[in-house]
This record gives sequence, C-alpha cells and structure tokens, in this order.
Amino acid sequence: MNGFGGFAVRRAAGAVVTLFALSVIIYVVFYVTPGDVAQITCGPRCSPAQVQQVSAQLHLDDPLYARYWHFLQGIVAGQDYSTGTSVQHCSAPCLGLSYQSDQQVLTLILAKLPVTASLALGSMVLWLVIGVGTGVLSVWRRGRLTERVLTTVTLAGMSTPVFVIGLVLMIVVCGQLELLPFPQYVPFTEDPEQWAWNLLLPWLSLALIESATYARITRAAMLETLAEDHVRTFRAYGVGERAVIGRHALRGALAPLIAVNANNIGVLFGGAVLTETLFGLPGIGREMVEAVKVVDLPVVVGMVLVTGFFVVLANAVADVLYALADRRVVLT
Amino acid sequence: MSDAVKNAAGSPVVKNAAGSPVVKNAAGSPVVKNTAHDLAVKDAAGSLVEVDGLTVDFGGLRAVDGLGFRLERGAALALVGESGSGKSTVASALLGLHRGTGAEVGGTIEVAGVDVGRASEDVLRRLRGGTAAMVFQDPLSSLDPYYAVGDQIAEVYRVHTRASRRAARARAVEVLDRVGIPDAVRRSRSRPHEFSGGMRQRALIAMALACEPELLIADEPTTALDVTVQAQILDLLHTLREETGMGLLLVTHDVGVAAESVDEVLVMRHGRQVEHGSVTEVLGAPRQPYTRELLGAVPRVDAPRVTGAGSGAEAGEKSGAGSGAEAGAGSGVEAGAGSGAESGVQAGAGSDTGSDAGSGAGSDGSGEPVLEAVGLHRVFGRGKKAFTAVDGVSLTVRRGETLGVVGESGSGKTTLGRMLVGLLEPTAGEVRHDGHTRVGVDPAVQMVFQDPVSSLNPRRSVGESIADPLRARGERDETRIRARVRELLERVGLEAAHHDRYPHEFSGGQRQRVGIARALAADPRVIVCDEPVSALDVTTQAQVVALLAELQRELGLALVFIAHDLAVVRQVSDRVAVMRRGRIVEQGPADQVYDHPQDPYTGQLLAAVPALDPEVAARRRSARRRAARREPATI
Repeated sequence: MNGFGGFAVRRAAGAVVTLFALSVIIYVVFYVTPGDVAQITCGPRCSPAQVQQVSAQLHLDDPLYARYWHFLQGIVAGQDYSTGTSVQHCSAPCLGLSYQSDQQVLTLILAKLPVTASLALGSMVLWLVIGVGTGVLSVWRRGRLTERVLTTVTLAGMSTPVFVIGLVLMIVVCGQLELLPFPQYVPFTEDPEQWAWNLLLPWLSLALIESATYARITRAAMLETLAEDHVRTFRAYGVGERAVIGRHALRGALAPLIAVNANNIGVLFGGAVLTETLFGLPGIGREMVEAVKVVDLPVVVGMVLVTGFFVVLANAVADVLYALADRRVVLT
Repeated sequence: MSDAVKNAAGSPVVKNAAGSPVVKNAAGSPVVKNTAHDLAVKDAAGSLVEVDGLTVDFGGLRAVDGLGFRLERGAALALVGESGSGKSTVASALLGLHRGTGAEVGGTIEVAGVDVGRASEDVLRRLRGGTAAMVFQDPLSSLDPYYAVGDQIAEVYRVHTRASRRAARARAVEVLDRVGIPDAVRRSRSRPHEFSGGMRQRALIAMALACEPELLIADEPTTALDVTVQAQILDLLHTLREETGMGLLLVTHDVGVAAESVDEVLVMRHGRQVEHGSVTEVLGAPRQPYTRELLGAVPRVDAPRVTGAGSGAEAGEKSGAGSGAEAGAGSGVEAGAGSGAESGVQAGAGSDTGSDAGSGAGSDGSGEPVLEAVGLHRVFGRGKKAFTAVDGVSLTVRRGETLGVVGESGSGKTTLGRMLVGLLEPTAGEVRHDGHTRVGVDPAVQMVFQDPVSSLNPRRSVGESIADPLRARGERDETRIRARVRELLERVGLEAAHHDRYPHEFSGGQRQRVGIARALAADPRVIVCDEPVSALDVTTQAQVVALLAELQRELGLALVFIAHDLAVVRQVSDRVAVMRRGRIVEQGPADQVYDHPQDPYTGQLLAAVPALDPEVAARRRSARRRAARREPATI
C-alpha cells in the first residue's frame, strides 16, 4: 500500500473537479429549463408584485454567472441570507437555502441522509449475501437443473421493476399475512429493533432486484476463473472442488463484484427514488423528486453534489479494496 | 534434508525421515487399507507407471491412439513430440484429469498401483499431488495470482496430510528453500507476480515436492524460460531426482531438454508412438524417419551455419529430411560428442557450403551498409521509475546479410528492433538508412512479428492484411493490389487462392508466412524479424527459416534476426550481436562469437544450451554445478 497518501490526494482532487463540473452542469440545465421559478416558488395566488419581490430576493434576475459565483462563495466562505424579515447565516460549506422552506440545504440533506443510508447499506448486505450465494450455488451445481432454474430466476429478477416486487411484498406480507406492519420509518437511534423490522421490506425489495445482477456477475467471473490455468494446477494437486470454488474461483470474482457494488451503493446514497416513494421513506430520493417538481434549484444542486460525492467516495473505497484483494493492482 | 532415503525402500506410509508430520493420506482407516492395497499391487507389478493401449478422444478427434509405456521407479522418461502430438494429453491422463471434461479415455493407466481409469474420486485426489505431482508449462498462469506462494503450497500440503496450518506453512518454506528460493521465509509471503519466471517455476516444483511424490510429471517445464534459467531448472530437477529417487515423466517439444534430463525417450506423433528407447539410441541412432526429421530440424548451436545455398533448406521443407539437416543429426550426437572444440569436424564439412556462398558480401564487411544504429538509447518511464531498455547500441546491417541479435528476455532486443523499424523513437542516438538519418517509419524497413496469431487481425482476410502496406503506400488500383497480393502469397509458399481466408484457417507456420508476405509487400530492403520462429514447432521453424534465407538470396534483403534461441540465431546469421541489459556485450561473425566467445556472458549462455548428447549434457551440468558453487545463482 505504498503511496497511499498520494492516492488519497489525487482522488480528493479528482473529486473536487468532478463535483465542480456537476454543479456547473446542473446550473446550466436549470437555467435553460422553461418555467417561471419565482411564480412557482411564490405560489399560484401571488400577485405580480409579490412574484417580483421573490424573484429579487432569490437573485433570480441576476445573470447565470453571478448566481453561480454567489453559490461558490457560499461554499467557500458561507453566506448571509435575508428572508424578508430576518437575516439567516449559513456557515462555510453553505449549499444555499431552499427556495421553498428557507431551510439550509445542507441541514435538509443531512436530515434525510440517515434514512437513505439505512436503506442503502442494509439492502447492500442482503443483495451481496443473496446474490453472491446464488452465483456460487449455480457454479457449484453447474450443468444441472439447479443452475438452469437459478439462471432463469435471476434473469426474471433483473427484469422486474422494484415497485412490482415491493408492492407484491407489501400486499402479501403486510396485507394478507399481516406478518409485518406497513413500513414506517423509525430512526435507528430511537429503536434499533423497530428500525430493522420496518426497513425489512424495503431492503428485501431492493436486494432481490439487485442480487440478480450480482448472481450473474459472480457466476460469470467464477466460470471464467475456473477455466484458468491456476485452477487446473490445484485440481491436479488433489484439491477438492469445494476448495477450488470457494477459495480460488470466488477470489477471481471479487474484482468485478467490488466494481459494480461501488457504483451501486454510491448511486443509492443519492436516493432510491422508487423504493423510498413506494414505502414512504423520507429519504434523499423522495426529497429530490419534490425539489425538482418545484424547481428548488439549491436543493437539487445540493442533492446532486451529495450523490456525486458518494459515487466518487465509493469508487475510491473500491480502488483501495481492489488493491487489497489483488496485490498486482497499484493505487494511482 | 535427510529424506533422500525414503522412497524405494521406505514404506510409503510414513515418509519424511526428517520427522515432520508427514503421515501420507490422512489417517482414516479406509486410507490405510488402501495403502496396504497399493503395497500389494506394487510388489506384484513394480512399475511406477504402466500405460497400456491408451486412447483419448475429444469428441470424435483422437488425440492419443494406442499408446503404451512403462516407467520404473526412479526412472525418467521423456515424451517428445511437436504440438498436437498428444503428449500433454497423456500427461493429464496419468492423473485422471480428463474426468468430467467430456474426453473419452480408453485403455489402462496404472500409477503407483492405482488404476486411474477406475479409481474413485477420493483415491484419485490422493494420487494427485500425493503420489504423482505435476509441474506445468507456464509458471505465471499456473499459480493463483491472489494468494501468497507459501499459502498455495501449504494448501496443497494440507489436502494430503493432516498437518496444522502452521506445520503446512513451515513445510512450504522448507520446500521453497529446497528448490533454491533465497530467503524462503520472506519470499513465501510473496504473490506469484513478485517472482521472476524462474522463481515461479521453482515455486511450482516446490509445490510438487511438498508431499514427496513418487512420480513427477513435468509438462514443458522450461518452455517459457530463458536458456540460462532453463538450465538451472533442469539441473534442479536432476538433483531432486538423484536425492529423492522419484520418477520423472517429462513432456517436451525440445529434444535438447529431453537429452539433458531423462534415460528413455518416447517420440510421439499424431497421438501414436513413433519410437521408444534409451535416450542414446533414439537421439543417437534414430531408426524412424520421423525421428530423424525431428532431430534434423533442431538447429545446432555447436555447428556452423549450414547454408547449402538453400537447397538443404528447401529439401527440408519438402521431404522433411533435408540433406544438411541429416548430416547434422548424424554427427551432432556422435561425432559432436566432444562439443565445442570437436565441432570443427563438422565445420570442415559445413564450411565449404557454409562460407556464405550466396550472401558472402555481408560477413566480411564489404557490403554497403543499409541500416545503421548509432548510439541508440531508449528509456521508458520517468523519474524514479525510469527504466533504460536500450543503453547505447550501435550496429550496422549490410546489404544481403543477416545480423542475428540474441539475448534473454528483458535484454532490450525487442525495443531495439522496434527502434530500427521506426515503431519507437529512440531517446538518444539515431537510426541511419543508407547513410541518412531517418525520421518515422520507412517502408524500406519492415518487420515480422513474434506471435503470428496476434499480429494478424482475426477479422480481416489475410489478403487484406497483406495489402495494407500497398494501400499505405498509396496504391488504389484494386486489381493491381489483388495481383500483387496473390504473387506475394505464392512467393512465401502459400496459394493465391488463400487470399480471402482468415487467419484462424491457417496453421502457425502458415500464419508466419502471411506475416512475411505482408513485410515483403512494401518492397523492403531490410526486414527486422522479432522472434519470428519462437512460437513454432521445430520442423515448421526450419521451414520458415529456409523461406527467409531463400527470400534473402533472391531479393538481396538484409535481415535482422532477433531471437532468444542461440541455435536458431547461429543457423541463420552471418554476424551476431549478443545483448544483455540493453547493451551489446559482443558482436562479430557468427562462428567467431559462438566458437570463441570473448565475453563471459556469451560463454555462460552457450553453456546453458541443452546438448543433444546426454554425455555432453552430463559434463556441462557438472561444470555448471562447479560454477554455481563458486557463485550462487540468482534468478
């Protein structure tokens, strides 16, 4: 793990550039999007004068570059916002205030993050267990009925939308069998047990869909490794099939699993829109949808930056894991 | 290591005299019964390996056809043959590795009393690695890249013994040390990619030794290695065999490697036995025409170039047993027994034809220089990671001559070749063409690449590939291009009708002919051949070399022949340059360099080439051992 410091610095610099580019793109996209933001923000019953006032207050009349500059200033130095009656200070990494609620965007996101993180991490554990397990099983029973059944099931899983599985689960488990109450988010800090029970269905519906992909990746990578020369070596030395598959072939599947998982988890931290909406979880994904609907630019930009940040972070972590899994990889 | 005693006499149950917990075959009672059964069979039959009427079919294709042989305990047998002769298939069959692959195995195979064909999966697993261990060809891909070498050996050891993790790890270090890995404790924690090729092969051999097998099956164990490393590995196998008394089944395409290492040779072709006998009989006085052909095609490092104005070469291509080649086969082993000095006998025979009749101008230095390298340097990478691949090389290629460039892997010969052609820009120095400094690629200097598989685009017909240089030169007339390509195809011994075929439809030798045709398309004056024959079987190799010689004679081409194979280089070159670590350590007329090497490195290289005569091989081996004792080899 030589040069880890250099790796971290390079990655951090890369992240800054990526996030900067992301924010520019979002600004431009929203700038050219049709629709009167001031009118929407103020509400349908505002008079033209009120709309005018809102527009001035939100700096909507400034040119694009000025608004963007304002935004950057907020991030670096913090910003004071006048909300008509009082002045609100938003300190250093300030992503702005929501047009709608006058809340600080960062506070807003941080409030939603635990929900999304709970959903993402929990389902990740499930999809890795289910997906990798299924993949290993279908390699172990390759050429037999089990493999064919599993291949079919995973294909079906990959092509099923999450709201179908989620709905079915809810109707059957909560509605018909009444095994669980309809999910309602309980923070982990309040009651860990309730937290888990209430998240079980969202986790399952996300994990079942995703695990199909992981099963296929695991299977393909393991079959590829099984055809390699070093596997032949261990077979020729009397190493049993279980060890060949469990130690040698599975190890070969690690790299693609890390890569895909990093991407998945990074994106999920930006909010699983469908799942959150379906199960009524107050996470980042749902907040994002609301913000887009009312063209709440600061919130949208903030959300996109948070998603971007987690994708970059997840990939950096994946690279470190790569290097740990395969010592031939050099971190650069 | 005091376990030299065990094998022949010692009971196979408790093996390691040194006292480490090597109770073979975990101690369950059925195992003991089985071992007892083994003993009974052994007493009756005695042979370590008995193969009778062996056939292996891969979906209708018969790879091995009625092969039978016996290997006594402690003896060594080589299966020799060209690619596709079925020799590796036999090796795999001995361990029952064809089970479950869809291959049909017929006949009987007994290894140490185990009927491989009928043994249960459990018995077979104990046989593999426990009684008979296999060393594979490519030491890089044969080890798991993800685990430490020591852990991999320990894993195998634990499969066959009940040793604890710690004991298995200790055993791994012990065998790594045994095969000459320096600082074995530390190196056992390295991953395979941190080992050099030679060390990886040593690690594989260590894995084989871990459970003290009675039989070692080595499938082309040195093919991927440099000649000096090859010599070290062969010496190691020899020493191990002396000390442990294990039997050796060596699978190789290289007759020289076989001559170095075994007592008996079985020559295979098309899955059948051609000739079987002691190594002196088969290699010294071959009875079968195919054996003679095979031996004839082997280039000799201790005999001067057999030019024969191409006739021998051409005959060799047609009948398979060229006149020059045959002479070589006859004398190489018997008369040439004295090696080095005595090769003068042959020199006498060869020199009248061999004094560069056709391209005489070249070697005496009178030919005009067509390509010159002046102080070439090439550095890869920057800063701390900078690596100098070529470090000040100057050489001259004259019209119509062949300059051989020989060196081991990493010596910079390929980088040099690429700079000569203009595929790489030198960091310093220059390439002169007809006395003028050249910039970029010049169509008059063409290249033939090593791997005829990957150097042709598999998605384009060979005709299109050959036409590339023509189109690059601006030729647009399709009928003229087609006519020229057909002419080129015929020129290199293919058929004009092959124009629209794709690379996979050709054999290795044919593909290399396509590569040569492509190089010829631009009417070059110099062709740089980078390992043009190293991927080919010896008989095919001889044909391609003959083709190059013929083209050179007819077209007055200058050739730069880059290869790691000292014998091939000697057989094609007027002058030879020996490279090491980016520099030319010695340069001169081929015979002078080979017969009177000035640089110690050249001498070392030449001493490492396997001799075809077992006696010479033995003498060289002891010489190498003495040298090794003086300064421990590091690879």
